[in-house]
Amino acid sequence: MDTVLKKVFTDTGSVTLFITRFFKEVFRPPFEFKEFFRQCYSIGYKSFPLVAITGFIMGLVLTIQTRPTLAEFGAESWLPGMVALSLIREISPVITALICAGKISSGIGAELGSMKVTEQIDAMEVSAINPYKYLVVTRVLATTLMVPMLVVLADAIGILGGFAGINIHSDVTMYRYFSQVLASLDFIDILPATVKTIFFGFFIGMIGCYKGFTAANGTESVGKAANSAVVTASLAIFIIDMLAVQLTDIFFISK
Amino acid sequence: MIQTETYTKIQTGTDYPEPLKNIKAEPVINIKGLYKSFEKNTDILKGIDLTVKKGENLVVLGKSGSGKSVLIKCLVGLVTADRGEIEVFDTDITKLNNQQLNTIRVRIGFLFQNSALYDSMTVRENLSFPLKRHSKKLSDKEVKDSITAALESVGLIEAIDKMPSELSGGMRKRIGLARTLILHPEIILYDEPTTGLDTITSREISELILSVQKKYKTTSIIITHDMACAKLTGDRLVILKDGVMVAEGSYDALEKSEDAWVRSFFI
Repeated sequence: MDTVLKKVFTDTGSVTLFITRFFKEVFRPPFEFKEFFRQCYSIGYKSFPLVAITGFIMGLVLTIQTRPTLAEFGAESWLPGMVALSLIREISPVITALICAGKISSGIGAELGSMKVTEQIDAMEVSAINPYKYLVVTRVLATTLMVPMLVVLADAIGILGGFAGINIHSDVTMYRYFSQVLASLDFIDILPATVKTIFFGFFIGMIGCYKGFTAANGTESVGKAANSAVVTASLAIFIIDMLAVQLTDIFFISK
Repeated sequence: MIQTETYTKIQTGTDYPEPLKNIKAEPVINIKGLYKSFEKNTDILKGIDLTVKKGENLVVLGKSGSGKSVLIKCLVGLVTADRGEIEVFDTDITKLNNQQLNTIRVRIGFLFQNSALYDSMTVRENLSFPLKRHSKKLSDKEVKDSITAALESVGLIEAIDKMPSELSGGMRKRIGLARTLILHPEIILYDEPTTGLDTITSREISELILSVQKKYKTTSIIITHDMACAKLTGDRLVILKDGVMVAEGSYDALEKSEDAWVRSFFI
């Protein structure tokens, strides 16, 4: 029991120090712009096809599944608004973040874990190059910026998928569909949902980096770091989502 | 190579072979009472006292787990010492913060056992990466010239645009050494430079260590199990046993040691 408690406290302290170090390093020069843009390309641009396909399917499936129920109540005309609200408020941010946790967080965990095991991180350290700044700060900033952008793109493509879904059984023009979508959306629907994706992005990057940076020696630990990064990041996404929904409810909806 | 050869008494309290020659040069590394332990209170280093003089090639021998790698990692702050003093260029690095330590680190090169080349970068980028960070005023031409010079000194200019994955073990070691040389270090630490290489390539790497030392007038600490490398490169050898320095002397002196355990390294 003592050992378990000790490990919990040690790990908590270690994670806290790792995150605190990010805020110390992020504003301190030198700034690694080149590496930051390289990571944005790798994290954002290369994840876009996967996010786009998933987003389209989400919108399409949601529309097809929901249509019969709404049709029963003669409320088919609410379909565009309902699909848009569901996607923007909840489905798109969470599903996109989970995809990013699987692709990006595990990738970062494996990459940094492999660098740790092969002493590449030590090589930076002995060359008087700050590996945390070069490897962690750039990746965390890139995920914090790119995940919200991917979510916005997934929202748009998901709504387009909804349009395709509606047109399987009906004949709705794009103008009419998007008019109904925009009419059903408020600023309050978009802002909290987008803000929470910034936190999703931050923790996806941070967890991947932490798991990789603290990987033990040995090749086995690289796989463990990647796996653990996905599991922890996915759990973190659900916890952040729960908190975000509660806070949104308290500050915006309840009023 | 150090030519002056007058021995002085060193350590251990055992009747190990003839003590070391007193080299008439200023010490650049001076370790006093160095202790390091990891988990479960297992001491890896138990009171190491060691001085390395300018221009000297010191070879550290010992069984696996005897603390050799930990010793040189302490010298660059990769591992923090529990107790003791580590003076490098007359500065006790155990008392420095990370920023201060970096001013010492740029004067020390470290060749890792597996070369530790950055996988995602070409050979050119591997070499320019530390150079551009520490010499920001260099023009592109100067950077290019430095990379060419470093690669020429290890005889691998043709590998400049290759990725590390395209290089053999020996080539990786050479490129690792070129990356180390690009910042013109005064001290180079070699962590098992010939491990995993065939006999011929091992000899080539050992000869390269010597030629680098002659060309750049560096001081070297070489951790190795390879006795051919130790014989060729070492001005002085020290042997570690369970974190304690048990023998010190020239290759020839230690080879004739009265202690059977020490002699067993030379069989």
